[in-house]
Amino acid sequence: MTSRRLLLPVVAAAIGLVAGALLAGLFGARPDRFLILLLGETLGSGYGIGQVLFKATPLIFTGLAVALPFRAGLFNIGAEGQMMVGGFAMALAGIHLASVPGPWLWLLCVAAAFLAGGIWGAIPGLLKARTGAHEVIVTILLNFVAAALVNYFLSRSYALPDTVRTATLGEGAWMARASDAFGFFRGSGLSTALPFALAAAIACDLLLLRSPLGFHWRILSGGLRRARYARLSPGLLSALSMGLAGAIAGVGSCYYVLGYKHYFEEGFTSGSGHVGIAVGLLARNRPAAIPVSALLFGVLSQGGLVVNQLVPRELVDVIVAAILMIFISLDARSREGGLRWISS
Amino acid sequence: MDLLLSALAQIARIAVPYALVAVGGTLSERSGVVNIALEGILLNSAFGAAVGTISTGSPEAGVLCAILAGASTALLHALVTVRGRADQIVSGLAINIGSFGATRALLKALYSSASNSPRILEHPIEPVPPFGLLGPLGDVIGQPLFLAALLVCLVVHRLLLRSGVGLLVRAAGERPAALDASGVGVVGVRTMAVVLGGAIAGLGGAWLAFQQNSFTDGMSGGRGYIALAAMIAGKWKPASAVAACLLFAAAETVQIRLAGRGIPTQFLQMIPYLVALAVLAGWVGRAVAPAAIGRPYRRGQEEG
Repeated sequence: MTSRRLLLPVVAAAIGLVAGALLAGLFGARPDRFLILLLGETLGSGYGIGQVLFKATPLIFTGLAVALPFRAGLFNIGAEGQMMVGGFAMALAGIHLASVPGPWLWLLCVAAAFLAGGIWGAIPGLLKARTGAHEVIVTILLNFVAAALVNYFLSRSYALPDTVRTATLGEGAWMARASDAFGFFRGSGLSTALPFALAAAIACDLLLLRSPLGFHWRILSGGLRRARYARLSPGLLSALSMGLAGAIAGVGSCYYVLGYKHYFEEGFTSGSGHVGIAVGLLARNRPAAIPVSALLFGVLSQGGLVVNQLVPRELVDVIVAAILMIFISLDARSREGGLRWISS
Repeated sequence: MDLLLSALAQIARIAVPYALVAVGGTLSERSGVVNIALEGILLNSAFGAAVGTISTGSPEAGVLCAILAGASTALLHALVTVRGRADQIVSGLAINIGSFGATRALLKALYSSASNSPRILEHPIEPVPPFGLLGPLGDVIGQPLFLAALLVCLVVHRLLLRSGVGLLVRAAGERPAALDASGVGVVGVRTMAVVLGGAIAGLGGAWLAFQQNSFTDGMSGGRGYIALAAMIAGKWKPASAVAACLLFAAAETVQIRLAGRGIPTQFLQMIPYLVALAVLAGWVGRAVAPAAIGRPYRRGQEEG
């Protein structure tokens, strides 16, 4: 059982990578060169490793934002929109309150993102509890609404002329860049947002597995009837679960807004919310395992940029999809008692 | 009068892909298979229509390629979820992620452009003659593809709700064990329903590509998801789903007509999504999905 939990995602990732390399062959690149380039340029240098960790940071947050509600029986497809709304609130706080000193400004920015993302995330939870509207469709629709809403405020009042970015945030809100402390990571976007993300993963793990709230969520995932027997309030629990997920995704925007560019830019999430679904799943929605899973997708995300000289970088999206498909197929088979070669 | 006709024409034009995807999705979900993959199916089939037409010069071949692309994407979904009994929502999402990547990568490889294909047709498709009298409306509803779409929606509605074949599909979604006990394979019925649904949605992709006369990157633009909302709003009945699609298309037409009148475009962009949300949360109430939806079926396993 334990080995199956660990091995299946690894096997899925390996098969997915090999399949991706063969696919690269169809696009006229030698499969072995494709793999060597993908892995060598990402894990083979300080800059590459820094970039992988940089790209993994938002995925830890969005992975958590998917995993937490999943354990309560809810599927959050809205991390993309939640991260965007949170990041925008974070930037507004950092711009308007720029005179607030040092760590306080950072705290206010994070709190703004937490609140905004949390409210955005709680909406589908509330709608589900109140009207039965399916959270999958609602979160997807809200992603589009979030993009339009943020874009409106950005273009109307906050964007610098001829750009899609805000002004720079007050310096008190910036998170330290790794390349300033360790020359090893020179040039990469890695910042103290990473340890922050790791702390969030540990906190979520404790919350989910060691707290009464986490216990209630797990009861809720067993169905409404069971939750009512336990005298729980399903509506409140779902709203809380989705709200917290949204808050985590919102705070996740710190990897870019506070740690990297120090401003909000349209499109900075670049699909982190959607990849977060894959990250959460491959970690079997166990918060403590999410950083590891995020690392794999960090490699793929950075790898997409480096293989662009050989094949269109979008092939990496196909690899992500393949890994997901292979994983859920193997997982279903092993649940039914098959695949002894991995699971025994 | 002209204004009304042209507004109706616009609604009809926008509603076609929504309706086809919603009807295709209904077919799939009534058989018990959640189909979030419709977004990717729409995208792949629009791409298929473009490549097919550009490489052969014949729009009929393009439509055929679109149907094939839609059906084969749906077949992948069916193989993984129905035969492989894997999670249906995740499979659908993976297909969507993969389709965005694959169509973009192929766009670069085939036409060396990251954003769009060359023009598909030299001349637009002419409407069937008798509809010419209806002016702008006739230009839309007289198109062979529109008439085909209308026919498909009607036929599926009738087949699904009023025929023996439809009964099999619905049984697969409500009581798969009972269907199995009666000697009909659940896996076969579900696979057929999903693939046929994909082919129908593929027709919607062809419509998108021909309307724009090119394939552009990510051109499905969330339509698959809106169509899913319409399917739920229509409570998994094809005709009601089409009605919901008309409502969403009307909302989008209002959005387009209001453009440039001082209302910020971003608010206008939100209209279809907000209408979809309002309909889902407010009007529909608790829509009851097919009983066995989302649950893989395996012979001998208890239904729980």
